[in-house]
Amino acid sequence: MSLIQEIDYGTPIRVSEAKVTLTIDGEKVTVPAGTSVMAASMSRGVKIPKLCASDNMEAFGSCRMCLVEIEGRRGTPASCTTPAEDGMVVRTQSERLAKLRRGVMELYISDHPLDCLTCSANGNCELQDTAGEVGLREVRYGYQGENHLQDEKDLSNPYFAYDPAKCIVCSRCVRACEEVQGTFALTVEGRGFDSRIRPGPTDFINSECVSCGACVQACPTATLIEKGVVDHGQPEHSLVTTCAYCGVGCSFKAEMRGEQLVRMVPYKGGQANEGHSCVKGRFAYGYATHKDRMTKPMIREKITDSWREVSWDEAIAHAASELKRIQTKYGRESIGGISSSRCTNEEVYVLQKLVRAVFHNNNIDTCARVCHSPTGYGLSVTLGTSAGTQDFKSVDATDVVLLIGANPTDAHPVFASRLKKRLRAGAKLIIADPRAIELVRTPHIQAAHHLQLRPGTNVALINSLAHVIVTEGLVHEDYVRARCDIEAFESWARFIALDTNSPEHMEQYTGVPAAEVRAAARLYAGVKNASIYYGLGVTEHSQGSTTVMALANLAMATGNIGHDGAGVNPLRGQNNVQGSCDMGSFPHEFTGYRHVARGDVRESFEKHWGVTLDEEPGLRIPNMFDEALSGSFKGLIVHGEDIAQSDPDTNHVSAALRAMECVIVQDLFLNETAKFAHIFLPGASFLEKDGTFTNAERRINRVRKVMAPLGGKDEWQAICDLSKALGYEMNYTHPSEIMDEIAALTPTFAGVSYKKLDELGSVQWPCNDAAPEGTPLMHVTRFVNGSGKFMLTEYVPTSERSGPRFPLILTTGRILSQYNVGAQTRRTENGFWHKEDVLEIHPFDAEQRGILDGDLVSLVSRAGDTALRARISERMQPGVVYTTFHYPGSGANVVTTDNSDWATNCPEYKVTAVEVRRSNSLSSWQERNAEEDVTLRKILEATPDAAE
Amino acid sequence: MTVHVAWDESLARELIDERTGLEGAMLPILHALQERFGYVDSRAVAIVAQALNVSRAEVFGTISFYHDFKRQPPMGGTIKLCRAEACQARGAEDLVEHLEHEHGVEIDGGYQNGVKVETAYCLGNCALGPNALHDGEIYGKLDPQSLDELFALVARKAGARQ
Repeated sequence: MSLIQEIDYGTPIRVSEAKVTLTIDGEKVTVPAGTSVMAASMSRGVKIPKLCASDNMEAFGSCRMCLVEIEGRRGTPASCTTPAEDGMVVRTQSERLAKLRRGVMELYISDHPLDCLTCSANGNCELQDTAGEVGLREVRYGYQGENHLQDEKDLSNPYFAYDPAKCIVCSRCVRACEEVQGTFALTVEGRGFDSRIRPGPTDFINSECVSCGACVQACPTATLIEKGVVDHGQPEHSLVTTCAYCGVGCSFKAEMRGEQLVRMVPYKGGQANEGHSCVKGRFAYGYATHKDRMTKPMIREKITDSWREVSWDEAIAHAASELKRIQTKYGRESIGGISSSRCTNEEVYVLQKLVRAVFHNNNIDTCARVCHSPTGYGLSVTLGTSAGTQDFKSVDATDVVLLIGANPTDAHPVFASRLKKRLRAGAKLIIADPRAIELVRTPHIQAAHHLQLRPGTNVALINSLAHVIVTEGLVHEDYVRARCDIEAFESWARFIALDTNSPEHMEQYTGVPAAEVRAAARLYAGVKNASIYYGLGVTEHSQGSTTVMALANLAMATGNIGHDGAGVNPLRGQNNVQGSCDMGSFPHEFTGYRHVARGDVRESFEKHWGVTLDEEPGLRIPNMFDEALSGSFKGLIVHGEDIAQSDPDTNHVSAALRAMECVIVQDLFLNETAKFAHIFLPGASFLEKDGTFTNAERRINRVRKVMAPLGGKDEWQAICDLSKALGYEMNYTHPSEIMDEIAALTPTFAGVSYKKLDELGSVQWPCNDAAPEGTPLMHVTRFVNGSGKFMLTEYVPTSERSGPRFPLILTTGRILSQYNVGAQTRRTENGFWHKEDVLEIHPFDAEQRGILDGDLVSLVSRAGDTALRARISERMQPGVVYTTFHYPGSGANVVTTDNSDWATNCPEYKVTAVEVRRSNSLSSWQERNAEEDVTLRKILEATPDAAE
Repeated sequence: MTVHVAWDESLARELIDERTGLEGAMLPILHALQERFGYVDSRAVAIVAQALNVSRAEVFGTISFYHDFKRQPPMGGTIKLCRAEACQARGAEDLVEHLEHEHGVEIDGGYQNGVKVETAYCLGNCALGPNALHDGEIYGKLDPQSLDELFALVARKAGARQ
């Protein structure tokens, strides 16, 4: 195993039908038209010396290293800015060029410290390499002249250092920030010799920088460098793996020294991210080796007892005997499991297999229940498949984007960078969000329309957009006739044309001016490629499934499914939400979304697994809690999910957990749920796993193990061990064998194997005989269900309404630096940017209540109350408050209610009627929770015989 | 004579808002701010950035690129002395020496008697060099004596303003 080195072509790879042939150093090269001479040379494997060029940004032509001679042309043009032309004859090396390059290099080095041996970039420095390539032997100017060697370092960012003394001002960092990330946080201060790279008029940490790491990656010297490299030295080997944060599914090179992770570098070959990253994936991996990691199995009788460390064998045996005891006493259906969208497909698969084949019931659900279950349902009934229609690359071809209930710059930053790039190139953006998210207006991006609707009125808004399209004759008739169920369409068109669906009528609910809605509808329907991207602001509502269907209707009516630049695309919150759903972790579905009542499907599993399977769907997560409280559900295995923090109505969840007799938690940390657990099994971080994650574009990416599990056991192995202890053997020697079983039993995965993933990098399902290399775009010639089915989407206001007692609406979301329940990001330096959850409140609402910025306020709903600090923000609209749920102590979900989507029970996190008052104390829940943090988490001192 | 006023955020916003519609509005805005306040206050950076929907770094970078944009309030008057080729040929460097010896003024240094002398490169009046610029007016055919007069004028104005 060695360090993976990627080729840098120096300038962007061009795609063109037209080809040009030129001669470089006597060798004929054919490249797509528009390719630079530099990239043309690299395509034959010969690098032209360069410093300011990199293939993820446009040519700049400033370093003067890449000069070449071209027959018939005067001078020595820069090869990065010179496009290759037919018949061109180029020389990359000559006496004259060597002299010029050495001369320029001498100037660079005359103002560069000569500390290569102690420099952190030593061994991986483009400046050093280039000095070698040009044969620099002396610097005639000496080193005593004016220089920048005493410039002060900026170490303010927790993850990377800036040492201007080493800077050659090539501007790669500035351009990466602009072109790749789209933040424009860096600039060149001054001019000429005084030029210095600066993050604006301040230091890095106080600047506009979002710590995506693109500048660090772009730097050809040690000027911008990861503190990990400074601390540990250069890595010696690397493996490509997949980030375990959001559903973008970025590929990274995990660069290692032995078992020490030195840094995570985004992998250019990763088809989801193409070499870009965000602060979480790039830097926030410290949790994986944090001291809070639990590495020993533990058991206890009662949750008030102290935990006792035991061997794996004892823990597994104890778990098996408890589960058996409960099933014997309370019945077959008294136990179940919850799988996690954080875990690999293979782990999720074996867990649902454990429940179905060994527990002999279908009480398996997944945390996708509380995020994207309406996506699965809504897209399945309309389009015929429970997934987004496009790949991310499709956004490069879009003309108009409708972004609803998603905040990509915070929650899906790498996709946001791609979107921003397209918007800077001229595409238009329509945002539907109660809050003025960053994309409404951020440097060089201005949304064409911000439809600032009231929380809970998505269906009203989408219906009114559709109303305009239908009544103004903007329907793509040919498309609809050719591809959709025409009866369903006509019935829908009659319904949507009703006056009650007009923007004028709906304005009373949505609060969005009708004229703005009409303009947005015309914009969306008026271009060839219009796309929809949405997030949990769509799904986590009482009408979540209805909204998903309404979006699919909108796209079908305008002919916007089946081609590049269009589509309906859920932005998945977690790394493997798509995968966990695909893997059969809903109580009513086997892998590939096939209902458990289908005899043929059940038969294939029964045959393969050698057991009889239950044909009745099992319990959903909320039903498990209800049944636990009614005394019939007694045992639960919770795999990598913190339901006590993440699920709504915390009091209800914790009461349900307390009512169970055996709660088994497998996790990295002793999380909130573990406070109510009886058996704890240490989990493995993504760095300790082999497996696959499936991202929001249905892309199956490999996860590769770079270090051994700290807990001493693979997670899939722990589940198999439990299965064996319960009397059912699952014999896998490697996760690839689990994938083989998935492929054998799932038509949409039939062609997937680790071998293929290793060859192609990744594949997007469906991957089978019909599409052996996967399916980037779905529904290209016809809808998966035969004909697209329009669904009637009547707006039914949620029962959760503001009133005299609870006059405000609370909606929740997350921010860039933290991730969901924060179990990971809170254990990294990311806490610097977000130390606590705050309540954002509009100045008007704040003033009415005498609340000042930073005041402690109590937040009360019919479900419960908590207290947190207020932040006065004009991002909010009057009447709506907002908070995040990254810290357990802030108790955002103590306040959220048990309301849920009518079809899927996805909780209505986004709408809670609340009141906010100034307060001088924490809530009683917070006080009790703080106490239980101690009392329910006690661990006995390890005894010698407990050690493995 | 230009009269500068102290930094005033609402006035700054007014000056900025009047110009946001211009093509390439950043430089006209910065010029307007400098004309009114005598410099571009650091507090203006975020306001300009917000108004033009660009980053603060971009505004800062632009200000820093042009020596002409001052980042501190002026503490006196400024003479911009041309030291480009034509004026050099007509004795501009002798004037530099004269200023140093007679007035203790370091070019592109600080204020001396309320006067700061900056290098300029061509004021477009080459036939009548050496030239200098003060308060928007060109002073041509300068010799040590006329330069002394100009220096005294600027010093007097600076003194009066104190």
